[in-house]
Amino acid sequence: MSFLNYLVSGLSLGSVYAIIALGYTMVYGIAKMLNFAHGDVIMVGAYVCFFAFTRYGLNPFISVILAMLVCTCLGIVIEKLAYKPLRAAPSLAVLITAIGVSYLLQNLALLFWSSNPKVFNSIIPNKSLDLGGLTVSYITLFTIAVCIVIMIVLTTFINKTKLGKAMRAVSEDKGAAQLMGIDVNTTISVTFAIGSGLAAIAGVLLCSAYPNLTPTTGSMPGIKAFTAAVFGGIGSIPGAFLGGLMLGVIENLAKAYISTQISDAIVFGVLIIVLLVKPAGLLGKRAQEKV
Amino acid sequence: MRAMNKLKGLNRTARKNYLTYALVIAAYIILEAMMRGGGMKAATKGMLVPICAYIVMALSLNLTVGVMGELSLGHAGFMSVGAFCGTAATMCLRDSMPSAGLRLFIGIVIGAVAAAIIGFLIGIPVLRLRGDYLAIVTLAFGEIIKSLVGNVYMGIDQGHLKFSMFTNELNMSPEGKIIIEGAMGIRSIPKIATFTAGFILIMISLVVIFHMVGSRTGRAIMAIRDNYIAAESIGIPAFKYKITAFTISAAMAGAAGALFGNNYSSLIASKFNIDTSILVLVFVVLGGQGNMLGSIIAAAALTILPEALRGFADYRMLMYAVILIAVMLISNNAKIKDILKNIAEKRTAKQLAKGGASDE
Amino acid sequence: MNMKKFFAIFLAAMMIFSLAACSGGSTEPAQPADGGESEGAVTIKIGATGPLTGGAAIYGQAVKNGAEIAVEEVNAMGGIQFEFNMQDDTHDPEKAENAYNALVDWGMDMMMGTVTSAPAEVTSADAYADRYFFLTPSASSTNVIDGKDNVFQMCFTDPNQGTGSATYISEKNLGSKIAIIWKNDDSYSTGIRNTFVEQAAALGLEIVTEETFTEATKTDFSVQISKCQEAGADLVFLPMYYEPASLILNQANAVGYAPTWFGVDGMDGILTMEGFDTSLAEGVIVLTPYSADDSSALNQNFVKKYQDKFGEVPNQFAADGYDCIYAMYKAATEAGIDPASMDHSAICDAMVAKFTSMTFDGLTGASMTWGKDGTVSKLPNAVVIQNGVYVGM
Repeated sequence: MSFLNYLVSGLSLGSVYAIIALGYTMVYGIAKMLNFAHGDVIMVGAYVCFFAFTRYGLNPFISVILAMLVCTCLGIVIEKLAYKPLRAAPSLAVLITAIGVSYLLQNLALLFWSSNPKVFNSIIPNKSLDLGGLTVSYITLFTIAVCIVIMIVLTTFINKTKLGKAMRAVSEDKGAAQLMGIDVNTTISVTFAIGSGLAAIAGVLLCSAYPNLTPTTGSMPGIKAFTAAVFGGIGSIPGAFLGGLMLGVIENLAKAYISTQISDAIVFGVLIIVLLVKPAGLLGKRAQEKV
Repeated sequence: MRAMNKLKGLNRTARKNYLTYALVIAAYIILEAMMRGGGMKAATKGMLVPICAYIVMALSLNLTVGVMGELSLGHAGFMSVGAFCGTAATMCLRDSMPSAGLRLFIGIVIGAVAAAIIGFLIGIPVLRLRGDYLAIVTLAFGEIIKSLVGNVYMGIDQGHLKFSMFTNELNMSPEGKIIIEGAMGIRSIPKIATFTAGFILIMISLVVIFHMVGSRTGRAIMAIRDNYIAAESIGIPAFKYKITAFTISAAMAGAAGALFGNNYSSLIASKFNIDTSILVLVFVVLGGQGNMLGSIIAAAALTILPEALRGFADYRMLMYAVILIAVMLISNNAKIKDILKNIAEKRTAKQLAKGGASDE
Repeated sequence: MNMKKFFAIFLAAMMIFSLAACSGGSTEPAQPADGGESEGAVTIKIGATGPLTGGAAIYGQAVKNGAEIAVEEVNAMGGIQFEFNMQDDTHDPEKAENAYNALVDWGMDMMMGTVTSAPAEVTSADAYADRYFFLTPSASSTNVIDGKDNVFQMCFTDPNQGTGSATYISEKNLGSKIAIIWKNDDSYSTGIRNTFVEQAAALGLEIVTEETFTEATKTDFSVQISKCQEAGADLVFLPMYYEPASLILNQANAVGYAPTWFGVDGMDGILTMEGFDTSLAEGVIVLTPYSADDSSALNQNFVKKYQDKFGEVPNQFAADGYDCIYAMYKAATEAGIDPASMDHSAICDAMVAKFTSMTFDGLTGASMTWGKDGTVSKLPNAVVIQNGVYVGM
């Protein structure tokens, strides 16, 4: 297979990372918090869609909306119960709580839905487009399209709307934002709700591309996507997209041309080099240190 | 009387350090007596060595996270290096050195040295970064170590060590013995780690950390943590001090790994993944950053907790997650903090009043 | 400072609570024996460990479910009564040791092994040292049984499967250019791959490429698949469990690659994954001792009970768990085991003597016998998947 084909298969893996990374980066950029439970919200979203679409035969569009609704509510509940009380606490305390929430979601899923893998019927036909020797699957095209749409919507939302402006203000300086009359708590809650809604879409697309669904489905892609978000410059929305795609491409090229045995090591090695050269990631803004 | 006065004369930090030593020694004596007396459950006995290893891990990470103020998400990598080097060493020495204690000692030293070397090498690039970026790079190094260690083949053949990567190409003679077998790791390890060794390791770690925190290096590191720019501007060579602390931290993690590895009959590289790194981080955060006694107690409590919850059967890990979240919420609750602060203030005020009275 | 003190006190209290809970016999049996049996009935406590939570929970849960059905049946027969207690080891050797110790404290008389290989290496070493009879349902690594007279396997050993597969492929001339995809951070997969490669070399089979994946890269197989395709492999050997295998089949289908797929016993279960399109597995050859479609009365009864109780079709792990309980029941009855008058090491010796001499018919094979080295001898059944069911070859 040609280099171009490996590149395309890398892009399809990367597009999945990218869509997860968008949620990660959005929450981090505004709430300044590493939400390690994001991968598990993805898993919940995928399960909801699985039950709605595969088991009860609902319309795929309705299934996705349903998954988004459930995840948004879940995100709001998690935020209210677990993260909101820790607004004033050190960021590490929130990180540990997020890890606790991640364990909680995984184990609840295990109890409710058992450990047996469910095969997710893709909402997009599992077919490929043949462009003269180059095959691109519909899922990849669809995922990339969804990523771009989400990216544009998010960017517009953050730059143009009032709530978006509030979000930017909160991300710059919580204290000052509060003084300007912005409700910091609500702003962060809304950010979480949006992030969780995105997680549902990511879950559906992740499982459409890689159809096995178990309670731990979200954890590894979650970590990879987190890496992708950092790679692109955490907090930056286009950065998450770029980081996700690059990570997928690097991973697949490493597998294709170096070794499948240590492709992880190579991916992380590239990440380290990028961060050493550009410490804020590919598109991240270097925060000016206050003296 | 004189001793009492001396104790009073010490500052708070020193008093707290001695309290930590005293509690660790007391816990050791009680547990060892229980074990000797035969009044200990197998489950408790089996957890003593891993608890010691995790305590040393927590102390080691606390040096990085608490004292140095840098978040490391790859600490299991150093533990892995220590575990594999230390255990491979004790396995190689099995025939030539009959004394298990001596073998274990050598294994721990080798584990610590190997991890220190890796820690130093990783520290050079990593410590130039800060904050979350440093965290993600340590995570990356942890994953790289895991993936490389899982592909190492090592054997001992007529006194020679043979290595290969990815596949078993050691070409061993019939007398040769494979020690590390890639993903299957090290097998048939004689369990030579003991609780006493673990206790000694904890004590050494405490001495090293307390000594370091109280020294010039420690003060410099904390100055860097609290205000990097101010510290640099008065001429503190931040990088030099940080890499010293990071290397020591890695060495301690390596020693903990060697102790851990020699406690189980098989050792696999995938054990030392990000979950283990995060677990140790939970110990440190829960115990309080910079608080060594807290780390010790948190490591012990959280290692025992999932075992204590076995009665909940299928709900065990769910309970664990709930307790973890609850503890984080309660310990960071503003109201509870206020109440405690009030009590503390009253007590200090009382003490001040007393002190003032006795001065007259 | 005071916050920290509060912390310390809080945690210390938690630890004391934990310790107290630990020593307070908190390990309730998961499946207590039916009470009210005749006075003086022999009750044997069987301990087991396996991953009941975490990424490998599929295997542990299946064994637990299968074993529980067997225990219910055995207890209903009114002879020897079993108390079954399966502890979670999360597929981690460290936790497996803790689980084992908890079972020792519970007063286990014999052990129905550990489900997965790496943790089983630890628990079997302990059981050997402490003299508990040990029968593992599915831990196939040879290191589990090596040099341990009281440790037995219900499943095939890894080398058995690796060499068995290579021999079978060579005998039946199934492929001339062979590719292997294996999981290189997993001991089960690595073990089978190593012996397969050895045997393939001995038989002169041509291995054109070897591709690997790890726990962290077990979703995307596009590169591995296209490398097999490029190398012109007409047979791809998949020594792995069914979960990643189902993804490989799916992704190969998407690019239109259709070699002969050859799997080992871990592949069983692929047809019963909820929502799996069985046409993807058309023509897959599996070397497995068990098939849920088997029409024997024994198997039909088991499958029906399993579906009624757990709502799923049992896989090979569940069948292994079921067989283990029955094998232990048979040996214990014939050897006249009575924990009231025998300690666990006497039970162990009696069970070992019985196990190496008896013949057992179960779901996963007829006329099974065990060697002194702990390996089972039964026929691996090569089956091919046709129209969504196994068909004997």
